[in-house]
Amino acid sequence: MTRYVMVADLRRCVGCQTCTAACKEGNATPPGVQWRRVLDLEAGTYPEVSRVFVPFGCQHCANPPCLEVCPSTATKQREDGIITIDDDLCIGCSYCIMACPYDARSLIDQPRYAFGEMPTEAEAARLNKSAVGVASKCTFCAGRIDAGTARGLVPGRDPEATPLCVNACISGALSFGDIEDESGPIAALLAENRWFRLQEREGTEPGFYYIWDKGTL
Amino acid sequence: MSELFATGRRRAGASTASRRQRYWDVRAAGNFIGGGTGSGLIVAAAVAAASGASFRATLVLGVALIAAGLALVWLEIGKPWRALHVFFHPRTSWMTREGIVACAVIPLGVVAAAVSAPALAVITAVLAVGFLYCQARILRAARGIPAWRQQEIVALILAAGLAEGCALALIVGPRGDVALGLALAAGLAREVAWRFYRSALAREAGAAASLAVFAAPTARRLRALHRAGLGLIAAALVTPIFLDQVPIVAALAMAGGALVLLSGWGMKALLITRAAFTRTIVIPATPTRGLRSDTLSGERRRGFERRHAQ
Repeated sequence: MTRYVMVADLRRCVGCQTCTAACKEGNATPPGVQWRRVLDLEAGTYPEVSRVFVPFGCQHCANPPCLEVCPSTATKQREDGIITIDDDLCIGCSYCIMACPYDARSLIDQPRYAFGEMPTEAEAARLNKSAVGVASKCTFCAGRIDAGTARGLVPGRDPEATPLCVNACISGALSFGDIEDESGPIAALLAENRWFRLQEREGTEPGFYYIWDKGTL
Repeated sequence: MSELFATGRRRAGASTASRRQRYWDVRAAGNFIGGGTGSGLIVAAAVAAASGASFRATLVLGVALIAAGLALVWLEIGKPWRALHVFFHPRTSWMTREGIVACAVIPLGVVAAAVSAPALAVITAVLAVGFLYCQARILRAARGIPAWRQQEIVALILAAGLAEGCALALIVGPRGDVALGLALAAGLAREVAWRFYRSALAREAGAAASLAVFAAPTARRLRALHRAGLGLIAAALVTPIFLDQVPIVAALAMAGGALVLLSGWGMKALLITRAAFTRTIVIPATPTRGLRSDTLSGERRRGFERRHAQ
């Protein structure tokens, strides 16, 4: 079985938001909607303070609360673990947004443009009308993964089959791949480092890992 | 917050701030208000029917309130013409279940009132409680909102719906001892359920913003209205012992019902629109930097170079 996950090495992330920009450009999300965000956190108490950048978005949980509550079955879980939204089924009730413990979903209630009420030429060309009035979130660039794997490429290794944010990351903080591949780079990365997942106690089994130190606990 | 890890080094964690949800507005609150009050009113109508009192008007009004609440939600969803898709996921979605139960409650209530059948009214009331339970579970399943995800919210929504419906019954229906006793009991149940809910919320990490809303003057006034309403209903219940003044009893009952109703609606509006904050994102550890422990190597380095060779 394949289970695609993302790994963010917090030691390497510099908070440049290139991943955010790449995601917005690639997925043409409207203003106010960011599928790939970078949280900018302050930690500690004076004088021992630090600043932490946390790449963030849909955690593609193994036990996703959004899937459970969705009344229309628009939210689906693929066999490779990726959580998707079927724009043609979603009724835009926002219930999945309320159920997500990670605040990773948005509802695009009306077309929004970067510069006022009229779209730029590029925005008009890429406007996805079926995405208006429905929930949206990070897809792990499922379309790229499917197109790439159909050509025999490996997600996480070959750029054509890898999420845009991972490709764009300037510092190598983001990695992507199949965690079930025991000899693969993701399994090795997690075996060699200390990591956590967000809101572990929720039992959602997120597919997003955060490395914070070398070695294993 | 901080955690001591196996290395013995203390690593401070960090968290984001929560923010008020902006997707469910007063229309969604209207569904919980209409559904709760409507269900409670149907229960009051069924009790009246079982005790031989008139019940048709209250039953129809209860059904209408449930339908009005659902209509408000219909106005809120992003794709209203796909509303029938709401029935697609009965296996796990409480929203789907709510819709299915509503499809039974509304026609059955109309028929029960049309043919004036007490037995049908009682069956409608059982379904209405089921509808109310679905609404409570909708909130309980909203795990992204600490103010809603509490286990205790189920009892609160059930008790609040019954209290509001029975309070409205005092305004529009017969105001006998049974109706007064029912309204008082439901109101007290709501008071108890509120206290349990509030205590649970106080134990929840990251619920400070919601607690602040419930501690603000608006919420305090609404709670005072509720207690005053219960006092008036209790007064209406005991007044006939000392005074044989039907108009006074009626006035006390109606005023008490109105206060409990207004308080209930106000608190639900607060719960849905003002006290609903997202969860904070907490990271339990901060990264260790500057130890050359994060050097790219092996396959990870090759992958990085391959992606950036383009």
